[in-house]
Amino acid sequence: MWTWFHKLGSPPWMYRISGRILAILLPLTIAMLVVGAVWGLLYAPMDFKQGNSFRIIYFHVPASVVALAGYYVMAIAGAVSLIWRMKMAEVAMKCAAPVGAALTFLSLLSGAIWGKPTWGTYWVWDARITSMLILFFLYLGVIALYQAYENKEAAGKACAVLSLVGMVNIPIIYKSVDWWYSLHQPATIKFTEESTMHSSMFQPLLLMILAFYCLFTCALLLNMRSELLRRGASTSWVRALAGAR
Amino acid sequence: MHPVRKQRLILVCFIVVFSTLAVGLVAYGLRGNINLFYPPAEIAAGKAPVGQQIRLGGMVVEGSVRRDPQSLRVEFDVTDYQATVTAVYTGILPDLFAEGEGVVASGMLDDKGVLQATEVLAKHDENYMPPEVAEALANAHEEATGS
Repeated sequence: MWTWFHKLGSPPWMYRISGRILAILLPLTIAMLVVGAVWGLLYAPMDFKQGNSFRIIYFHVPASVVALAGYYVMAIAGAVSLIWRMKMAEVAMKCAAPVGAALTFLSLLSGAIWGKPTWGTYWVWDARITSMLILFFLYLGVIALYQAYENKEAAGKACAVLSLVGMVNIPIIYKSVDWWYSLHQPATIKFTEESTMHSSMFQPLLLMILAFYCLFTCALLLNMRSELLRRGASTSWVRALAGAR
Repeated sequence: MHPVRKQRLILVCFIVVFSTLAVGLVAYGLRGNINLFYPPAEIAAGKAPVGQQIRLGGMVVEGSVRRDPQSLRVEFDVTDYQATVTAVYTGILPDLFAEGEGVVASGMLDDKGVLQATEVLAKHDENYMPPEVAEALANAHEEATGS
């Protein structure tokens, strides 16, 4: 049963499989993004209180959800690279950081744009927004820490430890609106009870969340492929690939 | 599992558990300071400092908004259904500010216990629905309560 795990660690196999996955997943992701955006921005009804400005939710919530999930991907990849010394996990960890940072930035930016017309301010130092800013700095920290080391093996270890320590922030972000008084409203999408959003608005939101998960996967795989080529520049499989072109 | 890997696995678990514990203790120690605002009950109980910039958060009491016809001065009561604090503000209110809705006002408490607000933010809830649904819900509620 461990053969797939060992195959996962092989750069040529991973490169080939990720190419096949991307050939299907990338067009699917773009289609879902277009359909979800048109559905949410044009066809979903407007909100009874916020009017049209609530439509920022179709980018804000998916970006935030996947920014949190992406951190778990990065931290778990870091743990695997620490325990099994698996190079592929280290590549995944390194490549997840910029994608997660971009999503976190999108979440903060869209939140600020949304905050002005609804709350009356771009920014407030409440628990949710501040912990999200910390998540952004954690992602940037992992990127910067990796660049800071000459020795890439030491860089991978240090980044894995940093991402594991930062993992405690994720449940804090998630529960911040329940634990403390904040300006940010509590979660609309609930796992244990019915979500407090009308289904005509909720369906496009679910589609956009799914699209952002796929977008994260695509961006991560594309990033990993270029990293694999860079690392394996002198190996035979990359040469064979370059020669075949 | 290989003993060396097992050792590393235990180490990873230690990192996660201890960092969670450390951050948890810090958050617990700072819990009063992480809150964005004081609810009216805490202000009424004298827990909020006087003469210092604070935030007050709660619901705007229905029918309590009193506007000055000559200026932008507005006065309203904020409640958490346990206590009520009055806030005074001069300026433009956010669009979502309304009676019966959430609000966060920052400013200083004067000696009469009135908040002299310098900024008023609207706090909206997590419910989203189309206007027609909201109207239907309101009608159904009126029929049910017979008002």
